Order: sequence, then structure tokens, then C-alpha cells
Amino acid sequence: MSVLYIVLPLALIVVGVAVFAYLWAAKRGQFDDLETPAMRALHDDPPMKKQDPKPPEAIEPK
Amino acid sequence: MTLAEATPRASEARDGEPGVRCTHCGLPVPPGMEATRAGEPQFCCSGCATVYGILREGGLDAYYQMAERRQSRVSSTGHRFEEFDHPSYRELYVTTRPDGLLETYFYLEGVTCGSCVWLVERVPLLVPGMARAELDVRRARVLVAWDDASVPLSSIARTLDTLGYRPHPYRGMRLDVARREEDRTALARIGVAGAIAVNTMLAALALYSGLLTGMEPAYERYFRWISLLLVTPAMVWPGRVFFRGAWAAIRTRSLHMDLPIAIALAAGYGRGLFNTIRDTGPIYFDGVTLLIFLLLVGRFLQQRAQRAAGDAAELLTSLSPSTARVVEGEGTRDVPVVALLPGMIVEVRAEETLPADGVVVEGRSALDLSLLTGESRPVTVATGAAVFAGTVNRGSILRLRVDRAGEESRLGQILREAEAGAQRRAPVVALADRLSGIFVLVVLALALVTLLLWWRTSPSFAVDQAIALLIVTCPCALALATPLAVSVAIGRAARGGILIRGGAALEALAQPGTIYFDKTGTVTQGRTSLLAWEGPEEAKPLVLALERHSSHPLARGFEAAWPSTTRGAADEVSYTAGGGLEGMVSGHRVVVGSPAFVSARATGPLTDAVAAGASARLPAPPGTPVWVAVDGRVTGRAVFGDPLRDDALASLEDLRTRGYVPHLLSGDDRAIVAAVGASLGFSPEQCRGGATPEEKLRVIEEAEGRGRVVMVGDGVNDAAAIARATVGVGVSGGAEACLASADVYLTRPGLENLVILVEGSRRTLAVIRWNIVFSVGYNLLGAALAMTGVINPLIAAILMPASSMTVVLASWKSRTFTLNS
Repeated sequence: MSVLYIVLPLALIVVGVAVFAYLWAAKRGQFDDLETPAMRALHDDPPMKKQDPKPPEAIEPK
Repeated sequence: MTLAEATPRASEARDGEPGVRCTHCGLPVPPGMEATRAGEPQFCCSGCATVYGILREGGLDAYYQMAERRQSRVSSTGHRFEEFDHPSYRELYVTTRPDGLLETYFYLEGVTCGSCVWLVERVPLLVPGMARAELDVRRARVLVAWDDASVPLSSIARTLDTLGYRPHPYRGMRLDVARREEDRTALARIGVAGAIAVNTMLAALALYSGLLTGMEPAYERYFRWISLLLVTPAMVWPGRVFFRGAWAAIRTRSLHMDLPIAIALAAGYGRGLFNTIRDTGPIYFDGVTLLIFLLLVGRFLQQRAQRAAGDAAELLTSLSPSTARVVEGEGTRDVPVVALLPGMIVEVRAEETLPADGVVVEGRSALDLSLLTGESRPVTVATGAAVFAGTVNRGSILRLRVDRAGEESRLGQILREAEAGAQRRAPVVALADRLSGIFVLVVLALALVTLLLWWRTSPSFAVDQAIALLIVTCPCALALATPLAVSVAIGRAARGGILIRGGAALEALAQPGTIYFDKTGTVTQGRTSLLAWEGPEEAKPLVLALERHSSHPLARGFEAAWPSTTRGAADEVSYTAGGGLEGMVSGHRVVVGSPAFVSARATGPLTDAVAAGASARLPAPPGTPVWVAVDGRVTGRAVFGDPLRDDALASLEDLRTRGYVPHLLSGDDRAIVAAVGASLGFSPEQCRGGATPEEKLRVIEEAEGRGRVVMVGDGVNDAAAIARATVGVGVSGGAEACLASADVYLTRPGLENLVILVEGSRRTLAVIRWNIVFSVGYNLLGAALAMTGVINPLIAAILMPASSMTVVLASWKSRTFTLNS
């Protein structure tokens, strides 16, 4: 049973790491919007990059 | 939160529903608009066709491979959005990023699902110079970043509008940043408290098992110290919230729930620490950490629920016209309303809202005053007439000279009145708040009694029992009971199109009281249409031909009532203001207008006969009579008015059977109000017409002295009354001022939603009551056990989470706002 003296602190360190990761994520706003990213995940290409062929001219409504 | 209703998935061909479907939106293509060649795209409207072309050209046709697409017609407003480029707009809404790009938020109309995320975030591919678009679906809000040198914001806005997402300026940016930080901190606290609670409970599990089966003292000591190590950070950081609250309560000498919580936490921690060092007796660390976690969750939920409804209302206030068209030389330019100054000439087109008070300098039109005054009949204005902001131009183009803009206008004054009304509103003290004061007193008293009771037996045992009592009676379940039930109910209601701001409104609506209804736009549809027609079929095309030359609302009423009638051409048309129209149609001389106007031009004995005979046969709905004469003979009579909402009578009856006493409170003409009231089962003394906004406010104030008052309305003239009432309800299509001051907003037309709201509130309060009774019962049981000395930390540890879990489940399973009720 004396293995507890090693395993328990180890487990607590793992918990500490998890809590730290959670804090990091929460502070960076990962939980601000829980709906849109789930929808975005299904889209194939990242929309932020301009791709070839070159973008078309600005579209003005008629 | 989206305004547009989520629609079911588009399917190419449903069984038993033949017909061509639009390639873009999946709705049926109207007959006659189908593309003839096979394989060609089909469109239901020109908006969809435009978007299809844009997406093809921009290489975004992958949109059409998505399984779930927005299923609604694309209707762009064609607005120029030039006001977004105005310096005063920039000052209010735009921020500059460190990399030199500009950034702003828009609210978007029509955001519904994943396809909208896809499309909106790819708009930068269509507009060179636009760097980024990031959409938040729930809040229908998009972050736009762009390079000002290569593209103006108005061009971005126009592209969004063309795609069917009309952008609106987002007004709450600064408040939002503060809230976001608050939310993130709260979440971080909950996370830390949760992790600590779970791990402390694991350690406690080992200790309790040891209690039952025996445990080596060395291991026991080890687990106790580990628990102490865990609980200390939970006390220091997440637990600090309660100590701060308790301190504030002490300073203000008020009884706050935080007070016994803080005492329990401090006593539990202190006693546990003492016992850990002493190496004997119970430690309360598992209870303490769980307490912190559950209480924080309850608090967070409560905050969120109140805010969600606030956000929705915020969205609605952003949907108001915030621009005016200023005449400059030959042309016009769009400017934000805040930039309007007295003396400017502004142009107001048909169906637009007047941006400021002023005098008509050019044009003649009919104004719809219903939102401002409740008057249901359109008012004709011509050059020289004084007009007011907030009224809607229902006729043709007008130019006016601005006299007073913004807060100086009549609208601005009414808004200030509404604000003041909201401040005077007696606060509804929530049930749980009322209970908590008593609860705090009782718990503290019981703890003291326990301490004294056992002191003579053993001071150490007395202290332990007092702490056990404080912990076991800690109001976890009580703190969760109301916010959880309320947030679940508000969420369900929002899905049904009912936006509720805060739980106090739910509580007030759960018991019957007095309801005041505005008339125009609330129990009626708020638009002028043909209520009755008495006359030959042959007269209809003649009337329509003539009315094509008029932009008066009555003309459009004829057109809407007889959509399939063919119309001829009219010559020699002349218009008399306040009278009517006359002209030649297919060789007949046709006169349409007020009875006086027509009688003066149509002679003959039939005039009287029609008048007498018609009034006998026609139902006499209150409204504006219009006569039709052909070749000098009166042949027809029409009555125009504001039709009742279809479900008005049924909904009112439903409310009456529930014990509510409805009243009608309108700014419209007394005779009309009395007639409408009679048809809806109101007694004469329950109807009041001709009320100014100030009178409405006074009526509500008087009524509030006698009990709960609900005010239901849609107009600016109701805003002050709505703000003052115990619960103010704004209905679909209302003015922004009214929405801003309402506690509840019904986004879907119809009074049936009011019945759903009342029933849902009643059920929600039933759930809350059950939760409270249950958690108080648990606490009483725990207190009894602690006082009699039966309880030990093990029982406390089981009782506390069990009571909270029951409350959570009960709230979650409750059917408060069922959509098909």
C-alpha cells in the first residue's frame, strides 16, 4: 500500500496539469461560444486564407 | 439567438408535394417562374438567383453540397449602407487593430445554422480588402476586419445584405468585453472548484471506507493531509466570492445568503484544519469543497439566464432604423441618425420611419402614427405639416426640415419617460430572495441552539454538531432551485419565440392579475385593410385601375384584398386631399372616396338607398367608409379598418378563464376602441380610448396600487406604461422603444403566445416551489439529525449532493414551455 505515497502525488500533479490547461483555455475564450465552432468543424477549407485563383472583383448588388 | 425561425431541412422532393424547388433555398418555385431547359438552376425569387450567381462566380458553389442549408427566400433590402462610412459611425462602433486593420461587430438578420457560418465566413473571398469575418451563431453577431484603404465598410455591408444577411450596428461592444471577462473568470472558478471537489471527495471516499473497514492510522493521516492540501486553494480562490459577499452583508447590516455560507465554510475549514493537526475528529473538507462548487454553479446559471434574455432584447434594439437620408444639392447621402442637426433637409421614402421631428417641405403622403400615438387611421400630411420621429411614411416620398432630432424629439421625450417609469417600478422580490432572509436567521439560530444544547455534555462535540448543522443545511439545493428552473424555462421559451428578461417576470406572471392591452398592433393587426365590401364585381377592376394612381394606404388595401382581379387603365385622374380620386376607366366615370366626396359627385336617388340598405346588410366594423360611384351612380361601399388578430378572441377568453381581468387601453379614437372592445368581450368600462402616453402611464400606476399589472403593447406610446407595469410585454412588430422597456418580448405574431407565456410561467413557478419545498425539507431533516447528534460527516456528505441532484433533475425534466401546448 505504500505505493500510495508515490501514486497519489503523481495523480494530483496530473490533476494540476489538467486544471492549468482548463484555466488557460477558459482565459483565452475557448468556452465563449460553444455552438459555432462545432458547425465550423465540418467545413473543409479555412476561410481566412485567400486562395487561387485570384479573388473575383467586388460584387455590388444590382 | 436568431430572429428567423429555424426551418426544417430542405429536401429536393417531398412525397405528395410535386413542383419545382429553388436551387438556392429549396422552397417551391412559384408557377410561371420555372426555368424551361432541363438542368438549369431554378429560382423562387430574384434574390436567390443573385446569390446563386455570386457564389458561382466567387467559387463558393460548395455551399450547395451542404446537407443543411438556410431555407428561406433571400430578400436583400437594397440599402446603400453609406452611413457605415460616416465619421460619427466610425467613432461609435469601429476599433483599429494593432496591425492597422479596422474592426467592427454587426448583428446579422437571418442567421440560422451551419450553412450561414460557412457562407458568412467566406465573404472575405468575395470582397477584396476584407480580411476576416467570424460569426457567432447563437448571438447572430459577426466580427468583421477590413482594410480601410481598399474597401469601404458600406461595400462589405452591401455584400452581406445581398446574400440575405442584413447587417445592423452592434451597440453593446464595450459592455460585452466586460461581461466576457466576467464569464471567463466565473468559468475558471467553477472549473477549479469542481476539480478540487471531485478529488477531495475521492480522498473522502477512502477515509469513509476506512471508517467502515478499518484503516492504518498512517494512511488515514496521509489522506487527511492530502485533503487539507486540496481544500486550501479552493477556499483561497473560488471560495473568496462568498467571504466577500458575507463581508458586504455585514457592512450593510443585511441578511444575505452569503453570510451562513461563509460561516459554514470558515467553521468547517477551521475545524477540519484543527482536527487534521490534532489528528482526530471529523474533517469537513469534502463538504466544504462541494459546497463551493455547487453554489458557484448556481450563481453562474442565474447570471447567464438573466443575460441571455438581455442579449436577445439588445439584438432587437439594434434592428431599428439608425440612418437618415440627408438631401445635399441634387442627391442624398445616408448619415447616422445621431448626426442629424436641426435645419437639415431629410428625405423619407415610402415605408420608412421618420428619423426626426420636423416640418414637411415637399411632398404629400399618409403617415402611420400607430406606434407613436396608437391612432389606427393613417393621417394625411402635406407641405407645412408638423411631423414626428417614429411615425411611418405609408404613402409617397416626403422631404422634411429637421426641427428636433434625437433626445429633443417627441419620441426622445417619451423614451425618457419610459426610462423614468422603469426606475419607479416596484421591484418584484423573488420568492427565493424572500425566503433566504428567513432561512439565514433560522440556520444561524439553530446552530447557536445546537452549540448551547451540547455544550454541557462536551464542548468539542457541540462545536462539531454546530458545524455539521451549518454544512448540512447549506443552501446548495435552495440556491440552485430558482436559477436552474428559471434558466431552463427561459431557454425553452426562447426556442418558442418568447424572450424573457429575468425570472421576476415569470414569477409575477404565474398568478392572475390585471392585463392592459394596447389595441392597434396588439389585439389588431396594425395595418389598414379592407374589412367589408358591398357592391358589384364589375366595379372592382374600375376601382383598382383608379387606385393605381394613388399611394394612399387605402389604395394598397384594395390591391391586397383583390389580388387576382385584372385592372384596366385610367385617364384624367385627379386627386383631392382628404377626399378621394376620380377619373375615366374604360369609358366610365369612376369616383372613389369619402362618402361626402362621392355624394358631391354622384347624384341620384341611389345614393341614399345604398347608404341605408348597405348599412343594414353590411356588418358594421369600425373603420373608414369608402364609397364607389360609377357614371354618377353610387354602386359600392367599402369599409377599411384594422382587422383583429385571428387568435385575439380565443386568447382573451383563455386568459379570462384563468382569472385574469383584461382591459383595453388605447390611444386610438374612443368610438373605435369601444367597438373593437365590444367585439372582443370587453365591458364598456374595461375599454379606454384616446389615451396619451402619459395617460397610459397614469392608468398603469393607479392599477399597480391595487395589484399585479401586466401591460401588453407594441408602440412607443406604450413604452412608458410597459416600463412601469409589474410585467411589460412587447409584441412582435413593435417599436424599439417598447421592446427596450419590456420584460418579455413575443417574437411571433399572435396573442396565443401570451397564453403560452402565462401557462409556462405558472408551471415554472410550480417547479420552483417544488424545488424549494424539497430542499427546505432536506435541510430540516439534516438540521434535526445534526441537532440530535445523530449525524456524522458521512451522512452529511451523502445528503448534500443528493438534495442538489434531485433539484437539478426536477428542473431539467420539467415541461414548462412546451412548444405545442
